[in-house]
Amino acid sequence: MSYDLKLRIWRGDANGGQLRDYVVQAEEGQVVLDAVHRTQATQANDLAVRWNCKAGKCGSCSAEVNGMPRLMCMTRLSTFEPGETITITPLRTFPVIRDLVTDVSFNYERARQVPPFTPTAKQPKAPFTMFQADVERSQEFRKCIECWLCQNTCHVVRDHEENKAAFAGPRFFIRYAELDMHPNDALDRKDYVQDEQGLGYCNITKCCTEVCPEHIKITDNAIIPMKERVADVKYDPLVRFLGRRSRRNGPESLKDWAPGAHHHA
Amino acid sequence: MPSEETFEHHDYDVVVVGAGGAGLRAAIAAYEAGARTALICRSLLGKAHTVMAEGGIAAALGNLWPEDNWQVHFRDTMRGGKLLNHWRMAELHAKEAPERVYELEQWGALFDRTPAGKISQRDFGGHRYARLAHVGDRTGLEMIRALQQRAVSIGIDVFMELTVTDLLKDGERISGLLAYWRESGRFVVFQAPAVVLATGGIGKSWKVTSNSWECTGDGHAMAMRAGATLVNMEFVQFHPTGMVWPLSVRGLLVTESVRGDGGVLRNSENKRFMFDYIPEFFKAETADNIEEADRWYEDKRNNRRPPELLPRDEVARAINSEIKAGRGSPHGGVFLDIASRRTPEFIQRRLPSMYHQFKELADVDITKEPMEIGPTCHYAMGGVEVDPDTQASRVPGLYAAGEVAGGMHGANRLGGNSLSDLIVFGKRAGEYAAAYAKGLGTDRPQVATSDVTQATQDALAPFRGEAEENPYALHQELQETMQSLVGIIRVEDELRQALENIAALRERATRLTVEGNRQYNPGWHLALDLRNMLLVSEAVATAALERQESRGGHTRDDFPTTDPYWAKHNVVLALKQEGRQAPELEMKRQALPEPPPELAELLEDAH
Ligand SMILES: Cc1cc2nc3c(=O)[nH]c(=O)nc-3n(C[C@H](O)[C@H](O)[C@H](O)COP(=O)(O)OP(=O)(O)OC[C@H]3O[C@@H](n4cnc5c(N)ncnc54)[C@H](O)[C@@H]3O)c2cc1C
Ligand code: SF4
Ligand code: SF4
Ligand code: FES
Repeated sequence: MSYDLKLRIWRGDANGGQLRDYVVQAEEGQVVLDAVHRTQATQANDLAVRWNCKAGKCGSCSAEVNGMPRLMCMTRLSTFEPGETITITPLRTFPVIRDLVTDVSFNYERARQVPPFTPTAKQPKAPFTMFQADVERSQEFRKCIECWLCQNTCHVVRDHEENKAAFAGPRFFIRYAELDMHPNDALDRKDYVQDEQGLGYCNITKCCTEVCPEHIKITDNAIIPMKERVADVKYDPLVRFLGRRSRRNGPESLKDWAPGAHHHA
Repeated sequence: MPSEETFEHHDYDVVVVGAGGAGLRAAIAAYEAGARTALICRSLLGKAHTVMAEGGIAAALGNLWPEDNWQVHFRDTMRGGKLLNHWRMAELHAKEAPERVYELEQWGALFDRTPAGKISQRDFGGHRYARLAHVGDRTGLEMIRALQQRAVSIGIDVFMELTVTDLLKDGERISGLLAYWRESGRFVVFQAPAVVLATGGIGKSWKVTSNSWECTGDGHAMAMRAGATLVNMEFVQFHPTGMVWPLSVRGLLVTESVRGDGGVLRNSENKRFMFDYIPEFFKAETADNIEEADRWYEDKRNNRRPPELLPRDEVARAINSEIKAGRGSPHGGVFLDIASRRTPEFIQRRLPSMYHQFKELADVDITKEPMEIGPTCHYAMGGVEVDPDTQASRVPGLYAAGEVAGGMHGANRLGGNSLSDLIVFGKRAGEYAAAYAKGLGTDRPQVATSDVTQATQDALAPFRGEAEENPYALHQELQETMQSLVGIIRVEDELRQALENIAALRERATRLTVEGNRQYNPGWHLALDLRNMLLVSEAVATAALERQESRGGHTRDDFPTTDPYWAKHNVVLALKQEGRQAPELEMKRQALPEPPPELAELLEDAH
């Protein structure tokens, strides 16, 4: 059964733009991305939009649908009132390139700053012996599809461009938590997350958790435990005395690590 | 316009095109071998098609079955490929996959574990033992993240949302490539003596497919235009289980793990029909009754495998026959049922993203109801003909790895054997490309300005058109042709018709017109992809017409059995004359290389 659907899509680029109205044919069972594609194929061949998998697996098609940060390919048209106009705008926190496509390079720069997984001296070389119960906590965070919806939503940067320089954002807090909880990782990144990546800016409002399409409990399972551990270490005299041993296998320092340190000239 | 066009220039030793599993692994290898390495992809990093892989990575780790080893994996792979695989690639793959999987763990991947704390392995069609290392049903995501994080942490230069349009040559040798930024539409010239193609598959030329928009066969087409050959192009894998409803998600993959974990196929009469479709070739190892099949999940040693786990070509054809015989489901598929066989907890834990996918996109709770599924175009066995050890094509300096390369999987790929293929041959391609570049010393090929001017002029042609042909409409027509005439079951008349249609579309494609400007313009991007899709589609149809037998992913209604002549021959395709205009395909039959005696012995009872 097909019907006419009213869409309002933001069209423009870095110099500005406006919402434009379209009426497109829609079918039962379709998602917002289908409607955008239909618009593109029939009325606006040059409408810019990112997508890859159309299955909620790649995290490319993020946008704001009626103001809500969503994956367009996982937003069913049937969730809207019949006759309702659906408004689609680009992610607000990142600079617009064109139409629904934004410049998300901020996130890729932050990714470069993550000191990578570093195995312990006890098990330096794979295959590692690790148990399901011990890998599960980190596995939750590795479900992240890097859709950047949490990054887009977090109020610390959403309307505060100036905070971006100091704040990695929820996606990267779960990455640090993942490494921290990895049963065979040796690095201690706690100070680094707190001091260089801006964990302290987060005031646990949980807005990031609410928009995560992978249902990762970003705040409860990653950020809060990380904050507690940072606090522990900072105020635990014994830990200070011992030179901040990591909970597992002896101290490892971050001082030799720099992003792209082995880069060719 | 080209004359005023200014180019961004880069100079590297090795340029890798594609950042799926194969490209990432190749770039890491080239970089670690000391080459100045660039990695190019046309989506954002981490979004390549590899991210969608679900079931797992095949490697004979022997973690659950100590009797598993590379010889068994080799044999399974060759059997699955109906012995048309290049034996040497199958050998290297089976031998090196375990080491490559451990390397992912070394770089931070967290696979699901066995009770003993080792990497867990799951059952998949055609693999004798539980062999697929996995993370729930999101293994591709784990692979791509582990590789991406490795590549980024060692500092490889990554060029995202940059699309390569043409390879450039200096005489016989590769000299670099031309690309454009999707964001701005500006052109970029890379000068590099070695290029590794890792551009993935070709599925976007079919209407019902599990593939993303990137799978337009760019690497296949660019390689041909540069003078390389393609092999096994007639073999296209239709995965038996794609979603069929709602239409919006038609073709979307339902992982084989559903069957590996206990799911069964039923027709509208509620019959487990796969027992009616066990081919002679697999009789000895397949259960012929429900009781034995069901016991297998608990006791694999003393029972044979359920027929639902036959290789994909067999299952896809069986489903196709049931639907044709009028025993399909309401939306034109058949039923895949795990709800009546496993507990809701088991299903949610083992198949979380399938649960999610059906719940959110089809309003189906797979713990309560069966799924409706049907075949979907999934994987290209065919690709650039390469040297099995080095992944070098026939063009000096041009390498190919991953789905864009041909030979490894023969007539049919086993599930899980692609992800392992990516890392085994990605690494080899990167290493050999680096060694080749190094070996050139100062004798490096140069990019010729005239080639660049010509290539940009071609690429910009759609802006000069007069609104004659719309790329979206043309793409849709191509998909209709490939779907209905070059699908699962093929026949001479239809293949000839397909070739005629493609020729007509190619002619119309010269008049493609796009609106708007060069800034992030998907209409223009599609217009450029179309010439690649047309060339690759023609290659598939041509090879399919030539192979007068049925084998693996190629079924001819007019030649329904295997043929001993074709058991020993490949179809190899090239362009008569290199270049972009009016490509004409040249085809030849080529004898299959024979395995050495010690490997042939492993295959003795495999015929
Ligand atoms: C849904 C699904 C599930 C699957 N599950 C499994 C599984 O469980 N196990 C398994 O073994 N296999 C599986 N496969 C198959 C496997 O995922 C693919 O064959 C494999 O990922 C291909 O990897 P690749 O590195 O060759 O290419 P891809 O991952 O497809 O990457 C191609 C890259 O090339 C780039 N590219 C393409 N053209 C250009 C161009 N012109 N310019 C610049 N860049 C370009 C793209 O941007 C991308 O980065 C699955 C496939 C699908 C579709
Ligand atoms: S919980 Fe923290 S990271 Fe998440 S949205 Fe709130 S402030 Fe941002
Ligand atoms: S944590 Fe969730 S919301 Fe954030 S990038 Fe990952 S998947 Fe998206
Ligand atoms: S297109 Fe991949 S998540 Fe939407």
